[in-house]
Amino acid sequence: MAEPHPVSASSVFFALLRRDVRVARKELAFFLVRTTMQPLLFLIVFGYLLPKMSFLGKGYQTVLLPGILAVSLSLSAIQSVALPMVQDFGWTKEIEDRLLAPVSTQLIAAEKIVAGMLQGVIAAAFVLPIARLVMGPIPALTLSHAGEVLIIVVLGSTAFSALGMWLGTAIAPQQIGLMFSVIIAPMLFFGCAYYPWRGLDVVPVIKYIVLINPMVYVAEGMRGALTPGVPHMPLPLVGIALLAIVIIFWTLGMRSFYKRAIG
Amino acid sequence: MGAGGAPRGEIVALQGLDLAVHEGEFFGLLGPNGAGKTTTIGILTTRVRPTSGSALVGGANVSADAVRVRQRIGVVPQRPNPDRSLNVIENLIFHAAYFGIPASAAFPRANALLEQLGISDKAQAKVDEMSGGQQQRLMIARALIHEPRVIFLDEPTVGLDPQTRLSLWDILRALHNEGRTIVMTTHYMEEADKLCDRIAIVDRGELLELDTPEALKQRAPGGTLVELTLAGDASPVVEPARELEGVLRVEAKGPLLRVYSDRGGRIISPLIALAETSGAAVTNISLTEPSLETLFVSRTGRKLD
Repeated sequence: MAEPHPVSASSVFFALLRRDVRVARKELAFFLVRTTMQPLLFLIVFGYLLPKMSFLGKGYQTVLLPGILAVSLSLSAIQSVALPMVQDFGWTKEIEDRLLAPVSTQLIAAEKIVAGMLQGVIAAAFVLPIARLVMGPIPALTLSHAGEVLIIVVLGSTAFSALGMWLGTAIAPQQIGLMFSVIIAPMLFFGCAYYPWRGLDVVPVIKYIVLINPMVYVAEGMRGALTPGVPHMPLPLVGIALLAIVIIFWTLGMRSFYKRAIG
Repeated sequence: MGAGGAPRGEIVALQGLDLAVHEGEFFGLLGPNGAGKTTTIGILTTRVRPTSGSALVGGANVSADAVRVRQRIGVVPQRPNPDRSLNVIENLIFHAAYFGIPASAAFPRANALLEQLGISDKAQAKVDEMSGGQQQRLMIARALIHEPRVIFLDEPTVGLDPQTRLSLWDILRALHNEGRTIVMTTHYMEEADKLCDRIAIVDRGELLELDTPEALKQRAPGGTLVELTLAGDASPVVEPARELEGVLRVEAKGPLLRVYSDRGGRIISPLIALAETSGAAVTNISLTEPSLETLFVSRTGRKLD
């Protein structure tokens, strides 16, 4: 039999990506329900009902909208990588067929993170119009900084997708429930998604502790790009912080994936 | 397997022991569970990193040149692990794509393989709708879709019913006849005996024997192996049993009495009589003709399964 032709890494990368896109398309309905249910409920209660009951001021919607988007894209990205990783390495071993592909193991992990990032971007693109629909017109909302919005969305999605890779390969399958209650839930509530970071001036201790939470930068970045009128962290600072977070989680995720993949 | 000017055959270091599989050979790794067979396959298929030593597949080093090794091999795992998010034909088309084969070339190949393996009616089925045997065939098709030079099969017939096992044997024979190199692990004597050109008998990570099935069987201790399980210790029976006519060898291991006899099963009733005079009732009797099994027992003191 002839010597096989060497395969280019990029063609394998795109084949892996095509596979993930195919699977995502098959599961699109589930994906959209999973992605929109939580933000939708939040929007109805906090963005519509409570303001209508006058428990929350109209201005709260402006604060809430970028936060809801940050939560949606982060959760979507983290889940779309962590859950399949836990399943694949934990019991189904389905990823074996990709681990046999003639490319470096790191490239296979990188593809997964990119696929997760795309899911985060799609989640954001899907939730924004829904939010606008539920909450009605939001005067402070502007799309004139679309470039900045895209950068924050991509960086934030990549950070959380890489975090999903790390958690999904480092956590034992039995502890996946714990991941949600111990890591994800505090991240949501202390992620400055439902209040601006500047609002924490009233409790300085919390204000500085939450800076270790990557969600803070996604939420503040979305605020800076979508509703610049609301107090927010400076965008360049947010960009640098997100970039650093991406590098850290990417490295941890890659290392942990490799450890699971090669015994 | 050596490429270019490299010598025919490759050296595989395993636990300090070298073994070489030749190109086009059907090679069997036979041993009980825990013998290190799956680890060996894991190392050779780049999925387990060897802690020391080196292994080459087709001249490429599994650690330093894993990508080139992966390009040459097809792997059939111990338990089917198809991509359950994809249907049957997609499993093959995408696996081909991971090896750089465009869909236009992969489709006819995939259909031909499904046909050859007798599951062409399942092409559009979900993987979960297939039986275990059908999934195992899909795994074989997947291992072949990129035309690898070497195929690794890890206990491919475990958990299959006898009929499915026989039809898998036919498929493996056909692949071998196509000139492919096949490395298969098994703990079924008969499977290794019937299919393999050469067999390596391994136990606890060590190579015990390596030869053709015929040569190995000739090496098995002569006579039929008769095993008696007694209600008590078997060692008092050893000496008197040696005196019996036609007994070649006797050993005791706890309540187990092992007798190699050139009188076949006719040795059983005098043995029972002996055991009962020594005051121990016989609770179980088994009889094994000279085979890979008796060779294994004589080398390790244990049975294979």
